[in-house]
Amino acid sequence: MARVDTSTSMGTNLSASAPLDESELNALREQFPTLQQSVHGKPLIYFDNAATTQKPRAVIDALQQYYCNDNSNVHRGAHLLADRATQGFEEARIALAKYLNAEAAEQIIWTRGTTESINLVAQTWGRSQLSKGDEILVSAMEHHANIVPWQLLCEATGALLKVIPVSGDGELDLEVYANLLTRRPKLVAITHVSNALGTINPVKQLTEQAHAAGATVLIDGAQAMPHWQVDVQDIGCDFYAFSGHKMFGPTGIGALYGKRRLLEAMPPWHGGGEMIARVSFEKTTYNELPYKFEAGTPHIAGVIGLGAAVQWLNAQNREAFCRHEDSLLAYAHAQADDFKGITRIGRARHKAGVLSFLLNQSHPQDVGTLLDQQGIAVRTGHHCAMPIMDQYRIPGTVRASFAFYNTHQEVDALFRALHKVVSFL
Amino acid sequence: MGNPFGSEITSDILLDDIGFLDDWETRYRYIIDLGKRLPEMSESLKIPETLLGGCQSQVWIVPHFENATRTLTFEVDSDAFIVKGLLAMVMAAYNQKTPEQILQFDIEHYFAETGLLRHLSPTRGNGLKSMVKRIQGVAKENS
Repeated sequence: MARVDTSTSMGTNLSASAPLDESELNALREQFPTLQQSVHGKPLIYFDNAATTQKPRAVIDALQQYYCNDNSNVHRGAHLLADRATQGFEEARIALAKYLNAEAAEQIIWTRGTTESINLVAQTWGRSQLSKGDEILVSAMEHHANIVPWQLLCEATGALLKVIPVSGDGELDLEVYANLLTRRPKLVAITHVSNALGTINPVKQLTEQAHAAGATVLIDGAQAMPHWQVDVQDIGCDFYAFSGHKMFGPTGIGALYGKRRLLEAMPPWHGGGEMIARVSFEKTTYNELPYKFEAGTPHIAGVIGLGAAVQWLNAQNREAFCRHEDSLLAYAHAQADDFKGITRIGRARHKAGVLSFLLNQSHPQDVGTLLDQQGIAVRTGHHCAMPIMDQYRIPGTVRASFAFYNTHQEVDALFRALHKVVSFL
Repeated sequence: MGNPFGSEITSDILLDDIGFLDDWETRYRYIIDLGKRLPEMSESLKIPETLLGGCQSQVWIVPHFENATRTLTFEVDSDAFIVKGLLAMVMAAYNQKTPEQILQFDIEHYFAETGLLRHLSPTRGNGLKSMVKRIQGVAKENS
C-alpha cells in the first residue's frame, strides 16, 4: 500500500483509486455494531470521531476471544494460557511496529494513550535532559495533553515553554518557527493533526528543520492515526505518541514510538514488576526495552484489541478510505460555506476529518443538544485546546469529525438538522 | 420584584404543561421560552464570584435570604438558551421558598417526570447539577 505523504493533505499523491461506492460503504458500516442503532428515535449519525472512533466487530471479537479463552498474565506463567496471552501481546507489538514502519518492535512502548506517552517522555527524557533556561517549543494549536506535561516539566527543571503562533486560518507560522529554532530549543513538540481545527501540520518538514537546529522532536499523532497510515521513519521524528481508541481499537491503550538510542538512554519512570532485571535492597537493575517502561501488569486485552484493529486496518483499502474522507470533508465544507450563519473555525489548506464551526451567535452547547435530539452526535466546547480558542476569542465550537464509515447522506442530514436548530435559537 | 417563578410559575404547573408536550421539538421550544421569562440579571452581577465553575456554558447565581419571610430568592442566568430554560425549571421549584421547602423538594423526581433527568447528570457539563447543589447548600446554611 502506498503511504500517504504526511506533509500534504491526505488523498493527494495517491495513485488513482475509486472512492468507496455505496455497497462497499454499507458493507463497511455493517462491521461497526455501534453504528446500527437509533438514538432519540432517529438513526445514529456519529460525528464525534475525533473524540473516539467506533470499533469494528473484529476488535470486539478479539477482546471477547481473549477474555473467554486466553486470559492470563503475560511474560511469566509456566502454562499454556500464559503462552497464548504473551504471544498475542507481543504479536500486537510487532504488527503495530510494522504498521508504523518503526525500526524494531521494542521501540513501541505500550501506554494508556497519547497523554501517558507524552507524560512518559516529559518525565524521563525531559527530566534527564533538560535544565534551567532550556527551551521547549510547542504550537498554539496543541491539545492540553501536549502542553501541560511540558509545563510540569518546566516547573521541575526551570526550562522555558515557547509557543509557535498559529494564523487566523489555523496554520503554523513557519517564519516564526524558523526564528524560534535559531534559539536552539532542546525539544519541539507538535501535533500532527489539530483536534480542534483539523489542520494537518507538515511534520516531516518541521522535523527536518528542528533536527537541523539540534532539537529532539515529539509528534502528537492522536488525530492522524485515524485517517491514514503513518510512517515514523519517513517523518523522521524522535517520538510519536498516539491512542488506540482513536484508531478503531479499545480505550485505555496507546503507545509511544521512540528512537532506540533515546529510549535506551532514558531512565525508567514507573517502578514495579516487569520493568526490572534484578531487584535487591542494595541495587536494582532495569529490564531492557520495551519492558523498562512497562511496569506492572499491562492492559493485555487492550493490546490484543489494538493488534486486531491494526490487522483489520491492514486488510482495508486505505487509499479508498482516504479519498472518501477527503470527499466527505470537502462536501461538508462546501455546505457549511453555503449555510447562512455558519462561521467555520480552522480554514487551513490541508485538513483532516474536522468541521469546527459556530452557528450565528448560538452557544455551541445549545447546538449540540439540539443536534443530539435529532440523532447526531457532535462535540461542543473548547476541545481541550483552550489556548487556540482564546486566540480566536471564542468559548468553543461545534465540532463534527468524520471517519471513513460516515456517508455523504449523513452530512446532508447534519445540515438539515442545523436548519432546524436555527429555528430554535 | 415581579419574578413569577415559584409563585405564578410553579413546578406543578410546569409538570402539567410539559406532560402535554409529546415530542422533543415542542418540549425544547417550551424550555427555551421558559428561560426567556426569567427576570434579566444585571451584567454587574456576572462576576467570577457568582459564576459556577467547571461548566461548558456559563451559569451565574446570586441568592438572597429574606429574614422577614424566611424565603430564599435567586437571580440566575446562563449564556446558553437550553441551560437557561432548565434553570427556569429549577427556579419554578426553588424560588421564593423557605430553606426547609427547598431541602424537602425531590429535584431528581421532578426532572425525571419531565423526561429531562439526563440534563441533571454531572457529565453534561451544563452547570445544572452544580446549580442545584449550590441552592441546596444555601438552603442548609439558612435552615
